[in-house]
Amino acid sequence: MSAKPSAKPVVSRPLSPFMLGQYYRFQISSLLSITHRITGVGLALGTLFIAIWVMSAVAGPESYAHFAWFARTPIGLLLLLGWSWALMFHLCNGIRHLVWDVGYAFEKKSVDAGGIIVCVASVVLTAAIWIVAYLLPSA
Amino acid sequence: MAQLTLPKNSKIDKAAGKTFKAPAGAKNVRAFKIYRYDPDTQANPRVDTYEVDMDACGPMVLDALIKIKNEIDSTLTFRRSCREGICGSCAMNIDGTNTLACLHACGDVKGDVKIYPLPHMPVVKDLVPDLTHFYAQYASIEPWLKTDTPPPTRERLQSEEDRAKLDGLYECILCACCSTSCPSYWWNGDRYLGPAILMAAYRWLVDSRDEATGERLDQLEDPFKLYRCHTILNCSRTCPKGLNPAKAIAETKKMLVERRG
Repeated sequence: MSAKPSAKPVVSRPLSPFMLGQYYRFQISSLLSITHRITGVGLALGTLFIAIWVMSAVAGPESYAHFAWFARTPIGLLLLLGWSWALMFHLCNGIRHLVWDVGYAFEKKSVDAGGIIVCVASVVLTAAIWIVAYLLPSA
Repeated sequence: MAQLTLPKNSKIDKAAGKTFKAPAGAKNVRAFKIYRYDPDTQANPRVDTYEVDMDACGPMVLDALIKIKNEIDSTLTFRRSCREGICGSCAMNIDGTNTLACLHACGDVKGDVKIYPLPHMPVVKDLVPDLTHFYAQYASIEPWLKTDTPPPTRERLQSEEDRAKLDGLYECILCACCSTSCPSYWWNGDRYLGPAILMAAYRWLVDSRDEATGERLDQLEDPFKLYRCHTILNCSRTCPKGLNPAKAIAETKKMLVERRG
């Protein structure tokens, strides 16, 4: 006798809990992995902001003045700050991914160290960008 | 698509959890909060609390589970066998990470000891997940030596260096801790092979005696089977045997690139 396995399971089994944070502990590696994704999405949206900047410059001095005013409001500054940090984080963590692709830095210690380096480097680079931006003579 | 919540029949019924008090006079009491699901009633899962007198209990989480089953609630269901980290039966989610209950000391957990089945798996009962799909995926990589050359009159020999390439790979006990810790496997487990199986595949790819390397690589070159690994690294962090599936997956990706030349 060969009983064919039925297409549907006899009982509908529940799915065991899995959600990150709530049931599965966040760790530096998974936290930075999700941050890499979020900054990637953020950069795509940020590119829109930059596109508007370029287009406002093309449209003439008046529209550019509008943009320049908005960019200097607290919200505009926050967006620019977020965009510049996201770019630096994505860049640094992207380099980390390249190192992994070559097969290096997979030991637990190097994974942790790499994560901390990426975090510190992204903040330092963002700070550097803003310091340079404010030191440059404004037009 | 990433699934972020549990389906309706899997949500934990917070009101249904029972508490089993420690015996009077127990001085060193710890609470074990354990996921329960009874397929006979098919009611939603719940979390029961068992207070255990640790002065009369062994040090490991598995010791506590066995004590609970023997002395407090015989309906508690879990897999266990060797109690020394070689069979892989007692893999479960303890204190927010996957590990073997027999290798995890209660003393290493802060506060209440929370125990759930391996994440994002169909639950047969309590802490017992259905591993059918996981084992089918293991079978799909054909985990045995494949050769075309006629068998020699004695063993197929291997240099010490070639044998050393299998270290850190052959020790895997297929407990499924790594695969069920991987968000990619949670969300694409139907087609993504997951860290445990990919490491097993790599174990045969680097075996100097195996003659089916090309065929094995062909099988893996697929957007889902292999390339759903995004180096989240939960796998290597959670492995109770201290192995590194993420590294094995990276090496496999490298082999595929190098093959293209």
